[in-house]
Amino acid sequence: MSASSGSLASRWRNANVLPGFGLSLGFTLFYFSAVVLIPLAALVIRPWSLGFEGFWHILTDHRVVAALRLSFGAAAIAAAINAVFGLIVAWVLVRYRFPGKRILDAVVDLPFALPTAVAGIALSTLYAPQGWLGEPLSHLGLKISYTPFGVIVALTFIGLPFVVRTLQPVLADLSLDSEEAAATLGATRAQTMIRVILPMLLPSLLTGATLAFARAVGEYGSVIFIAGNLPAVSEIAPLLIVIKLEQFDYAGAAAIGVIMLAASFVFILALNLLQQWAGARR
Amino acid sequence: MSRGPRRSTEDHPLLRVTLGVVAVGFIGLFLVLPLTMVFSEALSRGLAAALAAIEDPDALAAVRLTGIVAAVAVPLNAVFGIAASWAITKFDFCGKGLLTTLIDLPFSVSPVVSGLIYVLIFGLQGWLGATLRDWDFKVIFALPGIVLATMFVTFPFVARELIPLMADQGREEEEAAASLGASGLQTLLRVTLPNIKWGLLYGVLLCNARAMGEFGAVSVVSGHIRGLTNTMPLHVEVLYNDYQFVGAFAVASLLALLAIVTLFLKSFLEWRYADEIAATHRH
Repeated sequence: MSASSGSLASRWRNANVLPGFGLSLGFTLFYFSAVVLIPLAALVIRPWSLGFEGFWHILTDHRVVAALRLSFGAAAIAAAINAVFGLIVAWVLVRYRFPGKRILDAVVDLPFALPTAVAGIALSTLYAPQGWLGEPLSHLGLKISYTPFGVIVALTFIGLPFVVRTLQPVLADLSLDSEEAAATLGATRAQTMIRVILPMLLPSLLTGATLAFARAVGEYGSVIFIAGNLPAVSEIAPLLIVIKLEQFDYAGAAAIGVIMLAASFVFILALNLLQQWAGARR
Repeated sequence: MSRGPRRSTEDHPLLRVTLGVVAVGFIGLFLVLPLTMVFSEALSRGLAAALAAIEDPDALAAVRLTGIVAAVAVPLNAVFGIAASWAITKFDFCGKGLLTTLIDLPFSVSPVVSGLIYVLIFGLQGWLGATLRDWDFKVIFALPGIVLATMFVTFPFVARELIPLMADQGREEEEAAASLGASGLQTLLRVTLPNIKWGLLYGVLLCNARAMGEFGAVSVVSGHIRGLTNTMPLHVEVLYNDYQFVGAFAVASLLALLAIVTLFLKSFLEWRYADEIAATHRH
């Protein structure tokens, strides 16, 4: 490995006095291939053992379509909720001063740090018919736990930090000049916010929402406890993969897995395009 | 802050209060309340019941397994992170941008898919399934599979902290060391590592939190064998599905404590060593 990268090195890289190129790149590529690339290739190859028709047959199955629709639909709704509230939280954290701000800021990362299974059982109990929030909500006729609404609640929980953490540095860097200019020219504060600040934040807001969406589509741990997992009603796509694996239907599991992996690549592409857009705005 | 008339870039006091209440309310309702719930449920039958659930042999086995998995996966990913960021930031080569993007790939992959890929290779009907059975070596439903799945989901953590940090620091210091006759290893140990130590610690901290808390990927490869292949998050699931709520929340509260300690250390590092961990480069 290091010998081959050494010969490649002489052709590909500029003169550099630093040592360790072959070793570090060789190890990087080896480890990356072993842990990530080859296993993912195994996934992409697997469903074709059924032929294209078999693959298509699995994906158009009623239960699979319903699961994919729920995973993508609930993730989109949760991302939209997080875009609104994440923007407000980021704005409050960057622009206002108040006691306890540092704690509030640290708590935003809780969904990153709290294991998803813990979040799952906590949310499920909280929103259950006898739970702290579930009981008052049930008097309003709202059932959250064990329904698709529960899926949205869990996905909102795990997505919030993506929006807040993407917006915060951009908001902090935003110069006040254009806001002052707008105010001087007679814009009301509301006009300034909607016409001046929001357009400047739009690329980062969309980036954050896309990150939250991408994470939510594949989310498993926080969802399965609260969802109730009724086939074709509140059963998410990752759970269907697990169910198919338990039935030793490897090809079926891999077919859904390939669709989810394809979605991941679309998200990565979209994020790169958003980043270029954000870069062009500066 | 001045007490004079409101500046044109300041929000109306009423708006400030409204947005502040909405932000605090949303975080309280969606983040703090579930966390409080974990501890409250764990202690609902008293401290003794919670401690008994944690001292259960299966729970202790789960704690031990989680520790072992993190102890293997985190150092390996840390070494990978250092190697990858050394190659990417100290040298120019073809395909560098692509490699940097691909390193983040595991973050975009569903945890369940992260487990599935190893089942497709090492599972009984997988590529190597028959061979492994002949050798009597178990990967799936055993420790190696759990470690591999954990390595996959925590793969990018250290690299993605170090790459922007080391790109910022440039290569002058290393070049100076090399031209003064330092060996590669000396340069790494005496120049680079001291420069990146806080960023490295930051990445390891996040990597460890995820490694210990991973559920989906590990759930697919573990087989849920009590006392053998159950990590802490899986043990929480088993207890919860068994209606042993106090036990489930007691073990969950250990994981919640880990999360709180992680958040505290993370905030501390961001506050104390902001310039040295390049946290603002995260995206």
